[in-house]
Amino acid sequence: MIAIVDYNAGNLTSVKRALDFLSIPNIISPDPEKILQAEKVIFPGVGHATSAMATLKERGLDQALREVFKRGTPLFGICLGTQIILSSSEETDKPCLGIIEGNCPKFVLTDRGLKIPHMGWDSITLRREHPVLKGTTSGDEFYFVHSFYPLPSNDADILAECDYEITFPAAIARDNLIATQFHPEKSGPAGLRILSNFAEWDGAPC
Amino acid sequence: MLSKRIISCLDVRDGKLAKSVKFVDTRDIGDPVTTARKYYEEGIDELVFYDITASSDKRDIMIDVVSEVASKIFIPFSVGGGLRTVEDCTRVRLAGAEKVNVNTAAVANPDLISQASLALGAQAVVLSMDVLAVPVSDTTPSGYEIVTHGGRTHTGIDALAWAKKGEALGAGELVINSIDADGTKEGYELKLTRMIADAVAIPVIASGGGGKPEHLYDVLTEGGADAALIASILHFGEYTIREVKEYLRGRGIKVRMV
Repeated sequence: MIAIVDYNAGNLTSVKRALDFLSIPNIISPDPEKILQAEKVIFPGVGHATSAMATLKERGLDQALREVFKRGTPLFGICLGTQIILSSSEETDKPCLGIIEGNCPKFVLTDRGLKIPHMGWDSITLRREHPVLKGTTSGDEFYFVHSFYPLPSNDADILAECDYEITFPAAIARDNLIATQFHPEKSGPAGLRILSNFAEWDGAPC
Repeated sequence: MLSKRIISCLDVRDGKLAKSVKFVDTRDIGDPVTTARKYYEEGIDELVFYDITASSDKRDIMIDVVSEVASKIFIPFSVGGGLRTVEDCTRVRLAGAEKVNVNTAAVANPDLISQASLALGAQAVVLSMDVLAVPVSDTTPSGYEIVTHGGRTHTGIDALAWAKKGEALGAGELVINSIDADGTKEGYELKLTRMIADAVAIPVIASGGGGKPEHLYDVLTEGGADAALIASILHFGEYTIREVKEYLRGRGIKVRMV
């Protein structure tokens, strides 16, 4: 059973619908106990880092998520979930989860023709292979909507990149954690394949 | 670099596809979900479902359509038509639509844009504008006017000013639908699209007049659009999504291939 972390952050039902379509058993839950008991955890999210962190703390989900990572449970962050897994974000003056070290800068672009948020389909370049990205190749396109991007301190945590004037991490991974800035649940067959792979993954990095 | 998006629009009346959509080769004429699924598989980047149901007591049918689409199609889609309040917008969003599409109701009540933007986030609010070329005047200095009700009702609002106002109020995207070009299949209104694309910092979707792939090329380059909407050329089977995208790719436009 995959548990989807409910912290009032947007697209939970989109993720659920995609898993249902793939016949992958899942529940949406705000309960830290349920999250800790799950075989796998998806941490999605759309919204603002400040309110997201506040809700996570209020529900005790911040500790639960850190514990999920420590226990080796496969953990999948999506969009805002990916950003607040890091230690800090320029979107908030409050600390983030700090599951892996890093910050989320806001896009600062010089080309006035490029719009913020970075919204739409964009191609990614893989830095290395990963079980959850099995079948994904460099050049595949995914759906993004974001104004901030995840920047892990440890370069080795970057799994895939995307170019939008600057090169930024599109996916990060360490141990039993994988996290994408794009939305696999809105990225057509290429995105569904990633969710499917995650459901099969035992959490081993390679 | 972002790909240029190819978007299609499906008109839905009482839960069925409106007659504007006809397929030679499908048995399921009339079902919006089947058609949407077909386009999804062929590689459409985004879909718009426009509710043209006349009677308000049948509007709940649309919510069922939205939620069925959301459980079978895994790309962003927006819903428009009949959204008059933030509650209406929130309902379609909860049913699974990524974005809401407001048009006439926003002209009558511009606060709808800011309220929806606050409730759902700017990225979820698309302002559609129906535009008619008019003589340059004090009220329409851009030479384009916002019209409603399929072009029958003049509003006296300047199209360029409205686009800027929509952005300032919190719209995340603009659909520029040229009433002059609509249905002609002779190409998008390039001058209008360019004028607005140059004046705002949010994505612009060109609509009306797309009759062949080179029209899309023109509006995505010369017209400055981030996305192009196509309807009848797909609905009537004149081109497939793949053909359109292959043409664009062949001319150096970055598009998503599936």
